[in-house]
Amino acid sequence: MKAPRLTDTTLRDGSHAMRHQFTREQVRNVAQALDKAGIPVLEVTHGDGLAGSSIQYGFSRTSEMDLIEEARSAVTDAKIAALLLPGIGTRKELKDAIGRGIQVVRIATQCTEADISQQHFGMAKEMGLEAVGFLMMSHMRPPEFLAEQALLMESYGADCVYVVDSAGALLPDGAAARVRALKESLKVQVGFHAHNNLGVAIGNTLAAVEAGADQVDGCLRGLGAGAGNAATELIAAALDKLGYEHEWDVFALLDAAEFVVAPMMPFQPIPDRDSIAIGYAGVYSTFLLHAKRLGKQYNVDPLEILVELGRRKAVAGQEDWILDVTLELAKQKNKV
Amino acid sequence: MSSPAKNKVKVAILGSGNIGTDLMFKILREPGHMELALLAGIEPQSEGLARARSLGIDASHNGIQPILDDPELRIVFDATSAHAHVRHAKLLREAGRLAIDLTPAARGPYVIPPVNLGAHMDEQNVNLITCGGQATIPLVHAVSRVTAIPYAEMVSTIASLSAGPGTRQNIDEFTFTTARGVEVIGGAEHGKAIIILNPADPPILMRNTIYILLGSEEVDRQAIVDSVEEMVTAVQAYVPGYRLKNEPVFEVRETPEGRRTLVAMLLEVTGAGDFLPPYAGNLDIMTASARQVGEVFAQHILAQDNKGDSHFS
Repeated sequence: MKAPRLTDTTLRDGSHAMRHQFTREQVRNVAQALDKAGIPVLEVTHGDGLAGSSIQYGFSRTSEMDLIEEARSAVTDAKIAALLLPGIGTRKELKDAIGRGIQVVRIATQCTEADISQQHFGMAKEMGLEAVGFLMMSHMRPPEFLAEQALLMESYGADCVYVVDSAGALLPDGAAARVRALKESLKVQVGFHAHNNLGVAIGNTLAAVEAGADQVDGCLRGLGAGAGNAATELIAAALDKLGYEHEWDVFALLDAAEFVVAPMMPFQPIPDRDSIAIGYAGVYSTFLLHAKRLGKQYNVDPLEILVELGRRKAVAGQEDWILDVTLELAKQKNKV
Repeated sequence: MSSPAKNKVKVAILGSGNIGTDLMFKILREPGHMELALLAGIEPQSEGLARARSLGIDASHNGIQPILDDPELRIVFDATSAHAHVRHAKLLREAGRLAIDLTPAARGPYVIPPVNLGAHMDEQNVNLITCGGQATIPLVHAVSRVTAIPYAEMVSTIASLSAGPGTRQNIDEFTFTTARGVEVIGGAEHGKAIIILNPADPPILMRNTIYILLGSEEVDRQAIVDSVEEMVTAVQAYVPGYRLKNEPVFEVRETPEGRRTLVAMLLEVTGAGDFLPPYAGNLDIMTASARQVGEVFAQHILAQDNKGDSHFS
């Protein structure tokens, strides 16, 4: 059986764990290693997508446009992708990114709000790009509901729609059911993007592949938001062992993870206390470092902050609510 | 000439959807110097038109024509769409009427009532930017009148249920227009806008966060806090549900330009519930601002009229 297409997003989801401090040199080294190892698509963008560099999400050290250009010039076979969240990035940045060399755009919305992405799919298809839809925080809605939203993206021109477990809150049965529902409804491809907050990123990815996912995401060493993503090298090794036909080089990916990415990582994302709380409470994985920073600053337990954000049903991109909740919890604490 | 009462200006609302209907209720509740004479739409079956009739307000489904036909309708609120307003703006200008534009068409200057309305009393068309702009730009201005601001960023989170198809299909225009308003009216050298839709049920109140990077380390924090407080009071005069959740928060942050003082303000807008539900603070602040702009113009027109009359007395 043919393996799903593997997209590596170390240089996008990994941007969160790197606090958006990627340098041109790091991007070049990672992109070259992945390209040589036979990974067909590499995503390079600020963690929160095009134009994500902000006070809300953190400023990029190096402009994402420069990093996209750097990655494009470093690879020979791999395609370069960028992420775009309508409401943060616009068609203006999409056009700039196309000018810098992206061939794929991944357009992400909260899984209930697919209809804000029509303009962006329209431009992507008009300009000849491959366009992938991303339904974020997919654990918040049941499979049939997600399939309806995916159909909207398909009608706007999506070539593939992903079930995105942004909170790392799904378990294998939930991941598989969602992928299956999309497979049954869509004519186009279906993808799956995992986070490891509950320790099952690889398990969920394998369940998604078994349910028919045509595309899956990984990051070398799992470098990504929250407890990180499914590790690209692990997905590659596992699918190889399962007998899927593929064009990647497992040992080259192990080397890339160990010798290129591990040395530059500020920490190894793992399902620790606060990350597990993210998966358990079902909040956006990128809230982790913001909650840790503010928790320290205002002397509030980050776990309490994250659980409260889950209770309020915060969605992708609402980092400003972390400050709000932290201030409220700090006030309550001072009253007691 | 048999003129209407000299203490009122006749106004019309163009657009009988949610926004037009909410605005109708606001003007009827608090008419000030306005007399709402007509609600005009294009849909004969429109609920808004039926509501107007049941309240004794003239209603028409013939679009802008009945407005053009009645020269006594001197102020026209346009709550249709940006596309339609482009045509309406031209017709209203030719007919010598004042247009208050609630769409993102921006044919006239941006106005924020407590910031720059006074400077545009001679205009024939003014634009209300966006809901997020009406909410956040006053506070950006409150800081920029104290100290120079190189960068300001606003994040608006609104309930999914309160974002209509117009907003959804034109979300880029929201970010462009709001960011531009943060610069032009707010006084920030660079502005950035982010909008997020939250589908939680029950729906969340409209929330806005304003982040401002200050140009100087030597800044009088108390002066900023006082200026912000004064501005919040000024906006509350016409948007009662407008409130800061906390005093402005000051922090030092690393930025690409080095260490900077950051001011963060967390704002919540509860709608008045005139017609739309209270969670739709984003729609409420648009109609409340529009009513306020209409009232200020109505007073201005009456003052001009009375000046004119005095020449003949």
